[in-house]
Amino acid sequence: MEWQFRGDVPIYTQLCEQLTLAIVAGAFSPGERLPTVREMAVDAGVNPNTMQRALSELERSGLVYTQRTAGRYVTESVERIEAERQRIAETRAREFLAAMEKLGYDHAGTVDLLEQMRGEWMQ
Amino acid sequence: MSSILECKALQKRYGLKDALCGINLSLEPGRIIGLLGPNGSGKTTLIKLACGLLTPTGGEILIDGQKPSKETKAIVSYLPERMALPTWMTAKQAMDYYQDFYSDFRRDTAEDMLARLGLDERQTIRSMSKGMREKLQLILVMSRAAKLYLLDEPIGGVDPATRDYILKTIIGNYNEDAAVVISTHLIADVEQVLDEVVFLRQGNVVLHRSVDDIREAEGKSVDELFRQVFAY
Repeated sequence: MEWQFRGDVPIYTQLCEQLTLAIVAGAFSPGERLPTVREMAVDAGVNPNTMQRALSELERSGLVYTQRTAGRYVTESVERIEAERQRIAETRAREFLAAMEKLGYDHAGTVDLLEQMRGEWMQ
Repeated sequence: MSSILECKALQKRYGLKDALCGINLSLEPGRIIGLLGPNGSGKTTLIKLACGLLTPTGGEILIDGQKPSKETKAIVSYLPERMALPTWMTAKQAMDYYQDFYSDFRRDTAEDMLARLGLDERQTIRSMSKGMREKLQLILVMSRAAKLYLLDEPIGGVDPATRDYILKTIIGNYNEDAAVVISTHLIADVEQVLDEVVFLRQGNVVLHRSVDDIREAEGKSVDELFRQVFAY
């Protein structure tokens, strides 16, 4: 997995975001067993305690779960993953709409532009 | 939790100059700590005091509750700033040496890491590149199941690929119940492997805080904060 970190946000927050994206994008499949905390920390080049904290956060949000002694798994609930994908998509769409508004595009203008770009999109 | 390293009014003077001006510091096990500061701020002095290579001028330093001694050396794994092994040694002889000296040396771990590097055990240290020497020395240090790792400038003067290798070797191999102290002024490079940082300036501790706290509270990286604290 490719990891990238910015300076202004806690690393564990960024790990949560990137792990969530990886699950939503299918880099980890539903029900897949995750590598150990240490292995994941080494892969990302981050502190194991920070990785642990991020995974606990994902556990609280229901995207992963721990089975005593057997390790940590991605949720088997496709609905839960789908809901997360929807949530991220909405956030991204809102950011996009806010940026378009700044450029002076109203709702109709934005939709028109997207329509015009349909060909480019389909490729 | 009891401290693995504790300094109480720790002072070290060289001639007329105070290298450490009576610092108080307590480090807990299970954490990776960055010992950060410009050149001459006292980082190496502190590490050498913890290893028992120097004796305090005043105050005291305790390792797992004891003054530095033969007993504490058995639980402290130290990476000096410069190559401390005789260069005529081969990698295998260096491992023999570690095995003789330290009962916590995990030879399998060391051999495995050397094999993955593609390093021939019969090669002498003299014939190795600078990067390879650094890697060998780090492998030996991290292959000990110590309670306290003291790494003095482990990433100074190596290329980015070697630096990544070194950092991943540290996080992949330290004993989970141990504390790891990494001294460096290359903060941007180590920041994401650290739990907490200690800023040293002219022999004083000016900050001791968790990395995520700094980012959360200040909205900036430790590197940025460091540049601000140490700006002229």
